[in-house]
Amino acid sequence: MNNQRRDALKAGGGLGVFGLLAAAGLIKPEMALAAWNKSAFDAKSMDAALAAIGAGKPADSADIQITAPDIAENGAVVPVGVVSNLPKTEYVAIMIEKNPSMLAASFEIPEGTMADVQTRVKMGQTSDVFAVVKADGKFYVAKKEVKVTLGGCGG
Amino acid sequence: MSMNRREFLQVLAVAAAGGMSLHSDFARAAQAAEKLYDLPPFGNVSLLHMTDCHAQLLPIYFREPNVNLGVGSMLGNAPHLVGERLLKHFGIPAGSLEAHAYSYLNFSEAAKTYGKVGGFAHLATLVKKMKASRPGALLLDGGDTWQGSGTALWTNAQDMVDACKLLGVDVMTLHWESTYGAERVKEIEEKDFAGQIDIVAQNVKTTDFEDPVFKPYVIKNINGVPVAIVGQAFPYTPIANPRWQTPDWSFGIRDEDMQQAVDAARAEGAQVVVVLSHNGMDVDLKMASRVTGIDAIMGGHTHDGMPAPTVVENAGGKTLVTNAGSNGKFLGVIDFEVKSGKVTDFRYKLLPVFANLLPADAEMAAFIDKVRAPFIEKLSEKLAVSEGLLYRRGNFNGSWDQLIVDALIAEMDADIAFSPGFRWGTTILPGDTITMEHLLDQTAITYPWTTLTEMSGETIKTILEDVADNLFNPDPYYQQGGDMVRVGGLQYSFNPTAAMGRRVDNMMLNGKRVEASKTYKVAGWAPVSEEARDAGPAVWDVVAGYLRSQKVVRQITPNMPRLVGMDGNPGMA
Repeated sequence: MNNQRRDALKAGGGLGVFGLLAAAGLIKPEMALAAWNKSAFDAKSMDAALAAIGAGKPADSADIQITAPDIAENGAVVPVGVVSNLPKTEYVAIMIEKNPSMLAASFEIPEGTMADVQTRVKMGQTSDVFAVVKADGKFYVAKKEVKVTLGGCGG
Repeated sequence: MSMNRREFLQVLAVAAAGGMSLHSDFARAAQAAEKLYDLPPFGNVSLLHMTDCHAQLLPIYFREPNVNLGVGSMLGNAPHLVGERLLKHFGIPAGSLEAHAYSYLNFSEAAKTYGKVGGFAHLATLVKKMKASRPGALLLDGGDTWQGSGTALWTNAQDMVDACKLLGVDVMTLHWESTYGAERVKEIEEKDFAGQIDIVAQNVKTTDFEDPVFKPYVIKNINGVPVAIVGQAFPYTPIANPRWQTPDWSFGIRDEDMQQAVDAARAEGAQVVVVLSHNGMDVDLKMASRVTGIDAIMGGHTHDGMPAPTVVENAGGKTLVTNAGSNGKFLGVIDFEVKSGKVTDFRYKLLPVFANLLPADAEMAAFIDKVRAPFIEKLSEKLAVSEGLLYRRGNFNGSWDQLIVDALIAEMDADIAFSPGFRWGTTILPGDTITMEHLLDQTAITYPWTTLTEMSGETIKTILEDVADNLFNPDPYYQQGGDMVRVGGLQYSFNPTAAMGRRVDNMMLNGKRVEASKTYKVAGWAPVSEEARDAGPAVWDVVAGYLRSQKVVRQITPNMPRLVGMDGNPGMA
């Protein structure tokens, strides 16, 4: 366990991780705001969400890896990560097909940055999780099923 | 105590003179045992593997399943074989001692002939015998060791912790251990086990930063050969069991992390890499096809006593997958020949532990007596006599669970009762007395509360479908490894190969169709949500009350769903 890291974060107190990073000058509030695409986050169907980010019908790609549990331990905080090995990846979106609003997160990837993102999403039921990537001007997609179960009755 | 062959035969002779072999089958069995336990050593690296003993310190009966269905790619393959199909697949003669050990066939009669299985004092004798012929051999414990008995529950697992130290366990991984709470597990690791037993689990990480909670692997030197034991705890612990017991630990299958652990162990010089796994066999088989560099996955969880390993090919070579049954009934023995830095050949045997054929180890027997002494009165309370065979294991209701759901319906005035699809729990022969100890063998958990809930027909179906998918999802990584929830009161039809949400149909209660919008009173136990803590009295108190009033339990026919599309499935007899 990395206690130093823990202590550093504890010292951040009520600021939280984002606040801490902002306080350290690593993230400026306007960077988060600039990425906000209201119509995409409000979309109620996969087609609408894809259209809102300008993806249309993206091509399947084996160069996108989704890291997520096969069965979620807690539907309220499901860890999802995406790595894109596509050259010139500029944008990564995470969509949860069965959520009321599909688009859970989107990331702008500055040039020269490794496209390796992680977040936590909320899931009410078993669903495919999609990673939509824009690379060199074109859109690509990969998916993985994440099961949300009632629990119990095992072993 | 180390016993050579001559001493072992003397003990057998004394046992025979003592009247144990009055039955001619047993005399033949004793001769077979001489061959069975005289396993010729092989190679230069040996590992002994026990798993899922579920805290059974004393010899018990354990009936293997007659329903263990495989669907999709699992159809007809180990471990989804029962009865004669299993014997045929593994070339085991019908009617033999081993046929009794590995199958449910003719169970009650054969159990009377051959006697009880397991028991730590008898297991200790076998472990010593194997270690004597295999210098440097390690004893691996696949977990589900601290839970499953009254004494384990009441001593907060201390009886099993001390028994495992005495038995000489070297490395272990976890599942039900976690239901004693994260603090208790760490206390045992850091204090009781320090310098003696390593807990390994590459797939347990903190929920915040994914820091490792346990060592991912250990490397032990066996006769000059560095051998890595990588741990894989039960991936779905916080889902199948209460998450509040280990709130800061995250589990999961984690193939990529497993590959990294194997590669790191190889880079550190390991010439043999073995995964000590609590994935369950179907998950192990899939993992063996995806992760390279593992010589063997020695597995448990699904309680499959498989006489021979399954050999799985992958991009890097071949991996053996074994599963060593449950309840202390078996000891797996793997011998590797390691030459020029790698495994060149192997032998594997899953030895059944027949208590009448293995004398009790005196030191272990004395320990068990001591640890049980304060609880003997409580454990030996006679609750009722059972006229029929009581067993749990199988994909659907066993007779023991039928008794539990019948008791819940009667005592709690419910329409329907659910009992979890646990695979542990011992067996009672026809005519035997059910004691409090037997009842605790079926129920001793750290969250034993009963619940009575008003549920709509729709909710009931959702629950059945949810559990069904955990058992029959065609992709093993989406399975949890338990059996189907046991159901009392309700009849239904069931198609294991149908899609999620469409397996359960024709739900009937007392001859009437269950209505989606109607409300029913549903009894259950072992709730995983924190809100349900202390919901109602412990299940053993409810069932004990029922048994005391019944005095005699008549022959029970378990409530089986009407199965669709399973005709000829080799996982059903």
